[in-house]
Amino acid sequence: MMKLKRIIEGIKVISESLDREIRIMEVCGTHTVNIFRFGIKTLLPENIKIISGPGCPVCVTPDFYIENAVNLAKSGIRILTFGDMVRVPGISSSLEEVGNYEVVYSPFDIFGKIKNSKEYVFLGVGFETTTPLVAWLIEELKRRRIKNVSVYSAHKLIPPPLEILDKESRIDGFILPGHVSTIIGRKAYLFLNKPSVISGFEAEDILQSIFMLIYLIKNKKKGVLNQYKRSVRENGNLEAKKIIYDVFESVDSVWRGLGMIKKSGLEIKKEYKDFDAEKRYGLKEIEERKETGCRCGEVIKGEIEPVDCPLFAKKCTPERPLGPCMVSSEGTCSAYYKYGISN
Amino acid sequence: MCLGVPLKIFKKEGQWAIVKDRGIERKINISFTPQVKEGDYVIVHAGFSISILKKDEAEEVLKIYDEIKKNY
Repeated sequence: MMKLKRIIEGIKVISESLDREIRIMEVCGTHTVNIFRFGIKTLLPENIKIISGPGCPVCVTPDFYIENAVNLAKSGIRILTFGDMVRVPGISSSLEEVGNYEVVYSPFDIFGKIKNSKEYVFLGVGFETTTPLVAWLIEELKRRRIKNVSVYSAHKLIPPPLEILDKESRIDGFILPGHVSTIIGRKAYLFLNKPSVISGFEAEDILQSIFMLIYLIKNKKKGVLNQYKRSVRENGNLEAKKIIYDVFESVDSVWRGLGMIKKSGLEIKKEYKDFDAEKRYGLKEIEERKETGCRCGEVIKGEIEPVDCPLFAKKCTPERPLGPCMVSSEGTCSAYYKYGISN
Repeated sequence: MCLGVPLKIFKKEGQWAIVKDRGIERKINISFTPQVKEGDYVIVHAGFSISILKKDEAEEVLKIYDEIKKNY
């Protein structure tokens, strides 16, 4: 506990020597949640602001992807998915409203669930931490010659949006995601011009990362520091990186709130086309739904806080979410709501 | 959701292993950490180990967890 006190004191000392507001962006859903859970914002000096960037995979998945999944479920194809996707509204409805889905904890769980008489689609949603697991699933489907299961990929890469946000002048530095970094390694971020720190998930990890980051900012130093050395290596996890690019290739991809970002998504390679739901069912980008007033896109870019959205905690609540930032437990709006941050 | 709790490898069998987490046994896939040995601590994401931790660092984290559990 003494160590925590020392870190907080260190942050205070540096912040006092900074004569302006410092805006730090984190890009990890678990960081978003843990910053609230541990009350980290209340421990920070007033001029240190933490903003939640596009670190929640569900929140950046576009409407049309959910709608395609909903339509597959309606047509009788059983959806296999991680739990977070179930309540996200598509264009017409959510999976929860349609039914015909099963939640899995791990991709390998599906082998205990599938029956020969049905067709299944697994929703591949997530960043570099989750993608190797789904790549493993696709290889395993091929190895076991399973014909009635395919994967609908909405996998995304973290460095491409960071490259865009790095040019955003209102952000002073990044706290980088611990487990995405465990896969891709520290060196994957060396293109960043703003100071950055890879962080673990405990209160002490996050506070230490903030301390390291504001130290870099104060001394006008660039660089990617690694606070989460116990899990993150310079080159990441080589086996996991290899399987990603054995099975997937990078393509331009739409992020909710950020639009199309070049080479930021992952598509299943031709060699595995039999397991690609997009090809098997001819799934296409469909028109986005009409404006609901949801400002999740601006929240993800750090332009506004959830409380700046007129729907927040009024028309949009975790029980009746209007947008993905409120649906996912890792979404910024959901975390604000849960921990009672209001006007 | 990312869990930073280190889990100890209890038994290894091919690309699978059993981890023990406070009395609960779980099966995980170790394809991405093939060099892992019984007794090692790993970080697990959705049923797959993604990194191997040094013993002293893992035990330090677990000590913090135990401390929190004791106090709250």
